[in-house]
Amino acid sequence: MSANSAFNDEKGGSSSVGEPEYGHDPASGGIFSSDYKRHDDLKEMLDSNKDSLKLEAMKRIVAMIARGKNTSDLFPAVVKNVACKNIEVKKLVYVYLVRYAEEQQDLALLSISTFQRGLKDPNQLIRASALRVLSSIRVTIIVPIMMLAIKEAASDMSPYVRKTAAHAIPKLYSLDPEQKDQLIEVIEKLLADKTTLVAGSVVMAFEEVCPERIDLIHKNYRKLCNLLIDVEEWGQVVIINMLTRYARTQFLNPNMNESLLEEGSDKTFYGSDEDEEEEEEEEEEKDKKAEAPAMAKRKPYVMDPDHRLLLRNTKPLLQSRNAAVVMAVAQLYFHLAPKAEVGVIAKALVRLLRSHSEVQYVVLQNVATMSIKRRGMFEPYLKSFYIRSTDPTQIKVLKLEVLTNLANETNISTILREFQTYIKSMDKDFVAATIQAIGRCATNIGEVRDTCLNGLVQLLSNRDELVVAESVVVIKKLLQMQPEKHSDIIKHMAKLTDNIQVPMARASILWLIGEYCEHVPKIAPDVLRKMAKSFTNEEDIVKLQIINLAAKLYLTNSKQTKLLTQYVLNLAKYDQNYDIRDRARFIRQLIVPTEKSGALSKYAKKLFLALKPAPVLESPFKDRDHFQLGSLSHLLNAKAGGYQELPDWPEAAPDPSVRNVEVKDSVPEWTKCSSREKRKEKKVEKPFYSDSEGESGPTESADSESDSASSSESGSGIEESGSGSESEESEEGSESEEEEEEEKEKDKKKKKKELKKPVQESESEQSSEEERKHERKSKQRKSESESESDEEEESESESSQSESEDSESEAEVKKKKKAAESKPSSKPVKKDNKKEKKEMSLLDLDDFEPAPSPQATPVNAFLSNSLATDLEGLSLSDAVLSPATISPSSALKSYEMLHRITGEGLSVEYCFSRQPFSPDANMVAVQMQFTNNATSDTKNLHMEDVKLQSGMRVKEFPEIELLPAGEMVTAVMGIDFCDSTQAANFQLCTHTRKFFVSIQPPVGELMRPIFLTENEFKKEQEKLLLGQLMGMNEITEKLTLDVKCRNEHSIVQRVTTAANLSRVPCGSDKECSPPVPPPDHPVHRFAGRTVTSSSLVLVTVATKEEGAAKLTINCEKMVIGTMLVKDILLALTQ
Amino acid sequence: MIHSLFLINASGDIFLEKHWKSVVSRSVCDYFFEAQERATEPENVPPVIPTPHHYLISVLRHRIYFVAVIQSEVPPLFVIEFLHRVVDTFQDYFGVCTEAAIKDNVVVVYELLEEMLDNGFPLATESNILKELIKPPTILRTMVNTITGSTNVGEQLPTGQLSVVPWRRTGVKYTNNEAYFDVVEEIDAIIDKSGSTITAEIQGVIDACVKLTGMPDLTLSFMNPRLLDDVSFHPCVRFKRWEAERILSFIPPDGNFRLLSYHVSSQNLVAIPVYIKHNITFREGSSQGRFDLTLGPKQTMGKAVESVLVSSQLPRGVLNANLNPTQGTYTFDPVTKAGRTPAEVGSRSAGSDAPPARLAHTAREVERLKVNRLDMYGEKYKPFKGIKYMTKAGKFQRDDLVCITGVSTLTYETVTLEPSSIITFTSAGPN
Repeated sequence: MSANSAFNDEKGGSSSVGEPEYGHDPASGGIFSSDYKRHDDLKEMLDSNKDSLKLEAMKRIVAMIARGKNTSDLFPAVVKNVACKNIEVKKLVYVYLVRYAEEQQDLALLSISTFQRGLKDPNQLIRASALRVLSSIRVTIIVPIMMLAIKEAASDMSPYVRKTAAHAIPKLYSLDPEQKDQLIEVIEKLLADKTTLVAGSVVMAFEEVCPERIDLIHKNYRKLCNLLIDVEEWGQVVIINMLTRYARTQFLNPNMNESLLEEGSDKTFYGSDEDEEEEEEEEEEKDKKAEAPAMAKRKPYVMDPDHRLLLRNTKPLLQSRNAAVVMAVAQLYFHLAPKAEVGVIAKALVRLLRSHSEVQYVVLQNVATMSIKRRGMFEPYLKSFYIRSTDPTQIKVLKLEVLTNLANETNISTILREFQTYIKSMDKDFVAATIQAIGRCATNIGEVRDTCLNGLVQLLSNRDELVVAESVVVIKKLLQMQPEKHSDIIKHMAKLTDNIQVPMARASILWLIGEYCEHVPKIAPDVLRKMAKSFTNEEDIVKLQIINLAAKLYLTNSKQTKLLTQYVLNLAKYDQNYDIRDRARFIRQLIVPTEKSGALSKYAKKLFLALKPAPVLESPFKDRDHFQLGSLSHLLNAKAGGYQELPDWPEAAPDPSVRNVEVKDSVPEWTKCSSREKRKEKKVEKPFYSDSEGESGPTESADSESDSASSSESGSGIEESGSGSESEESEEGSESEEEEEEEKEKDKKKKKKELKKPVQESESEQSSEEERKHERKSKQRKSESESESDEEEESESESSQSESEDSESEAEVKKKKKAAESKPSSKPVKKDNKKEKKEMSLLDLDDFEPAPSPQATPVNAFLSNSLATDLEGLSLSDAVLSPATISPSSALKSYEMLHRITGEGLSVEYCFSRQPFSPDANMVAVQMQFTNNATSDTKNLHMEDVKLQSGMRVKEFPEIELLPAGEMVTAVMGIDFCDSTQAANFQLCTHTRKFFVSIQPPVGELMRPIFLTENEFKKEQEKLLLGQLMGMNEITEKLTLDVKCRNEHSIVQRVTTAANLSRVPCGSDKECSPPVPPPDHPVHRFAGRTVTSSSLVLVTVATKEEGAAKLTINCEKMVIGTMLVKDILLALTQ
Repeated sequence: MIHSLFLINASGDIFLEKHWKSVVSRSVCDYFFEAQERATEPENVPPVIPTPHHYLISVLRHRIYFVAVIQSEVPPLFVIEFLHRVVDTFQDYFGVCTEAAIKDNVVVVYELLEEMLDNGFPLATESNILKELIKPPTILRTMVNTITGSTNVGEQLPTGQLSVVPWRRTGVKYTNNEAYFDVVEEIDAIIDKSGSTITAEIQGVIDACVKLTGMPDLTLSFMNPRLLDDVSFHPCVRFKRWEAERILSFIPPDGNFRLLSYHVSSQNLVAIPVYIKHNITFREGSSQGRFDLTLGPKQTMGKAVESVLVSSQLPRGVLNANLNPTQGTYTFDPVTKAGRTPAEVGSRSAGSDAPPARLAHTAREVERLKVNRLDMYGEKYKPFKGIKYMTKAGKFQRDDLVCITGVSTLTYETVTLEPSSIITFTSAGPN
């Protein structure tokens, strides 16, 4: 508690002093009169014709303003120059005007017309600065003019002017709050602005004018999230803080389900603090009671995709150079993220500790609050909170606080050792705080209580009185917990009364002796005797304790102390302090039995010697997190003016559809739907995926059931095993039909691809929407039941061109449904696979792709190579599928070659299509997608000046003659990388410009899949190992598989995504593979050859229990092998 | 947001005030002065001081307090970070940020402050934009201005403000295109009484000086990017690219800037190249004491430690100290009570053959960050590229120097020792 007060004193002390009324600086009047003459010559200079004289005069005036001198008498002379041609004079006049206009309202009006003219200027700089000054002049008469100007500027062409308008809004609001409604309209309009320049400023205006109108944010939420990273740093802070509040009102608590579980585990883990624990338990019990029924009703928590979007888009900002941004993100994560994810902020916050001391001060305050709630988060960084003797005192005290919060059984010994060093510091406040910290550690961690107590007792012999006094106070608190064990300490302390002069310490000792006088029956009366002697010279607080001691002794040992007590009470009776007189009178009545004394005196003993609960030493930062972290209010632990409460999580999530945006222009219509439609819509995409995978339908079944189904079985046999629900069947029906219609499908797909272009072009907000949809899709997959409609909606989403064809195929689907049902195709398993695949590709996009990059879909037919090889295994004939069709099914990862900003509107992406490049088999096919985002056409796209490492060759793509604005075109080129990951650099030329670009292949693309049987595989592997082939190489890595990637399918999926390999069917040739791996720990094998040198690449993934796995790569080319290991490792562990 | 700004010097004079909203009387600073009086050291003034109607948020840089007056809720770090940015800007403009420099350039300061904040909300803080708006004062320009009457104020809207790369101005032209990167690493350590390291960590920065024509797009890749697990970037760096490929891709600002700063955690043990022993005693019953300090290189492997500077904070009670160093010189500042022994050690000059980078490499067991390659896209010319590695001592702290009697800490600011040399300081102690 005294820790508390000491801490608060430091920062809060000044608030207790009453603030005098602010008047104008009395000194300025004097200066004003003495400067009168000088002002005269300034006036002359201002009236002259020469700009240089005017400038000189203005500079002197500004210098006077800067020094705080009053120059208001110059107002008329200065304001005349508002229309001066010289831009610096003008600017300085503005400075003057803004400073004094409020005082000289009438004269200030003279300048208004100049600004009004400026508002119409063709130069945006002049428009903006006119608006800036106009809105800064605090003259109420011009409010209507300002209002008009702001409205006009809000729809200005120039984003810079619009930004200025956003800045002007709070100015006008503070001048005339009645304009609020009109201003909100302007804010609403500006919130819809799409430029990053405006976003920060308008949110700031929103926060100042109408922070309660959270509904205005709905429509802009996603846009703000997506723009965030490009907004300037100050805007980021404001937006993040606002979005934190928004998210608290709109989303569900991500920890609501875990809270019970985790709290429990937390406790057992750190279950040292007995008192707190009990309390917690009580609270918890209450919580449980309250939550139990609620829990039962609640369905498992699924995070709203918008919530996820916010978390994801803010995370990279933790690496901002601006401490305020980092702090804003940290508080956002602390308040909004699921517990498991909050940890990421710790590192960033610790990094801020190396910044300026003021930054440290604020960060440590927040860390102190966080470390109470989430101790584990900062434990790894314990050493970063060690105190340096050059730290300012307030930083030291805060670090101490954090260290104390982080202390537990495991680290307490190191922490105490640190504390011991700190006690030797010269900084007395800091030493006092350290002693209190030791006390707190001792109360919280039972095991070290005695050690701490002993240490503190040793401190009692310290030469520094302050140290001793502080120790006494802390010991007193500790002793209260178990007094009977420590009577010798009490005795020791009794002796100290002779020496210690610090009142608080003396009072503490007296209280201890009084309270535990039974433990020290001999010493106590003697202490009282001494105290009675010095009573008159004691401080009030000590006097009160002397009376207290006397009373307690009188009750327990009246024989020895009766006279002493009476003496003390008599002295107190005539004390100057009325508190002491009152106390004496009160006690006398209670303890000294007289005729008059009432019934109370009987209970005197009970009153005085009641068992007192031990004090709980708590952190002053406990429960401070009800203030939004990082805020001024949190820092002061008091509500600051204009603080917006952080709302509690809602019980049920408000309608998420409010955030859906009606997208205007150039966006395909399928994004313009309300949420209900949207839900269907994500299904709309499903057929898109599924039919792209449709061709692989039959083979997929073989893959997924290859373990159970014997290789000799035909596909039709397998089908019976999985009888899905009706809906599934119908969907499958359509697919199997599609597979028949393969030819047709291909055409269709090509069209679709073209159709997709506008979608891809649409802005970032839309891409986020897509993501959101994807997420929601995965979430709601279970609930999807009808799949027939998918086809319909898909056709809806497509443009009219393909509609006819689509509906045709759809008709066919229906026609052939019956036939399809009896057709060989596996149902449920395949569906699962598909879903996983989809999810995978989404993850990839999220994680690796630069922001709003379109998702490229290759033109070629999809066929999972693993499936294909499985099929081969089944049929044992290579003829069924030509190698050409073996290519991975997952969405190919596309890379950015030219960003549209650097490309001045032209953006180029490339992906490795994994198709053999027909003109030259040694080349890797690179498929490029050119998008013209500019407003003008691009002509003669071709490549030039190819710079390659020796041995590499390039087959250029044919020149693209014309790429109209807004269009997209694809081209394929071939590169022979010579089995190296060296980039191919070349220039991409248009009719006007040249861009340096490069293509760098991931190592996995430098190979092509080959088909091997398990036996062959093993033979080859052996050969490689034994060095029969040149260069023996095997690289083995142990790894732990990602949780999501423990099943067979996803392993295959991830490996084939990372590298262009084909899977070796396992168990396909039983007769010659005796050691069949146990089914629960399967071994996956993949094979391929490098494109140029045709070296074998063999990959083995042997899984073990609990996600452990061993990855082995055999390859003649050492470099390729090592790089491939890394890539596959990454793919499997992420 | 920020209502007003007061600049206060060490002696408590308000020498500049600027208001962005209506005027706040400077008497509000009285609360600050109270806090200043209460604080024993200048840096102990709490950064946030609540008053009945306002909140004062201050930073102390170059012995000047920058006190911002706040009226309502605002993230304190927002203000603190901004104030530091103001100081950085002043330093950038005037070379130093002292009271004299600010007073001499008060008009430029005022113009800058006017541009940096609008109604208390930061408007333009990028130094490139500001420099286009208000040209930094140089002697030449001042002369030209006095003769021709032209001004320091730019007439054009800084184009950067409107572009997607606000930190870079357009139309940059250089005849020599150069890009220099300094990789500077500092070791911070706390050493206990027995000389063993309690914590040691490395902080690194990459400071860049890029003078390239046009809009170059640079990529910088590292040999060992895994070292960079805790990084903060200049806004020009593309986060996504970094996350995906561990390549720094950026359109650089023009001129000097800090590209990134990083931190290598203390898990990797850092060996410290010097050892130090010390002792301070005060004679009983006398006003004198003795202060001994022994400093020597450790694990040198034949390399010299250069430019050793030891500064040691003596207790307040010490009036004077007479030291007899075996090598080098020392100074004693009676105001701050700090004894310093600057770089020149004995007869051997500091600039000996071993460059600091090499020393650092041998002295540390930790791998240092290495740049792999720097590529430029978007422009055709071939720039000159240079990368320099340096290791410095950061905050070396010796725990425990403080006995109850006294001396506090020693701060080694730069560490440099010849392999064979041992320096001792002895003193007759305080008089």
